[in-house]
Amino acid sequence: MAQVIDRETVRRLMQQGAQIVDVLPAKEYGEDHLPGAINLPLRKIESETCQDLDRVRPIVVYCADSA
Amino acid sequence: MYDYQAGIQDWMGAGLPTEGTNAQHPRLADVARRDVPVCSLGERLGDVRDRTVAAGWDACVVVSPERVVLGLLRARELNADPSLPVERAMRPGPSTYRPSVSVAEMRRIMADRDLDSSPVTTSDGRLVGLVRKRDIA
Repeated sequence: MAQVIDRETVRRLMQQGAQIVDVLPAKEYGEDHLPGAINLPLRKIESETCQDLDRVRPIVVYCADSA
Repeated sequence: MYDYQAGIQDWMGAGLPTEGTNAQHPRLADVARRDVPVCSLGERLGDVRDRTVAAGWDACVVVSPERVVLGLLRARELNADPSLPVERAMRPGPSTYRPSVSVAEMRRIMADRDLDSSPVTTSDGRLVGLVRKRDIA
């Protein structure tokens, strides 16, 4: 179960080298995303698309908002 | 694994930088005046007016100790009875806008609503700055 975190924790984890994953559709990702974030749209997440993630480093996932 | 549940809307609402095609267009976070004078509810209006004018401004934002926007004092309000407490003179609950709003959209909003200035706030209502019509004309 993923741990819910706030904005300041995201910034701290970014400084520590966390992988930031944007799960929004590619179009929305292209318009705006967090600095350094990679795009893994929710509909396409599967074992193959996640292979590029480093399982040793923290992973932060996000979408548009909490709605 | 961490879940940034509040998402990119929270990030942009705080005026933090993003990447992507929209990031190239100016937003309110880029033009809001962060040096706008602020005051609290209980201050004497005359004191606030003197301080505001001395700083070269014609507007002052009323905020809580946590910097949540409570009201606005524009020229008309600042020139009211100087003995009044700010709380009685201010324009309460002004419309506020997020740092992520584009400057182009804000121009349209200001023209439609005949606004000279508006507070820019985070999603939890904390003041980021004041956007003035003259600064985005």
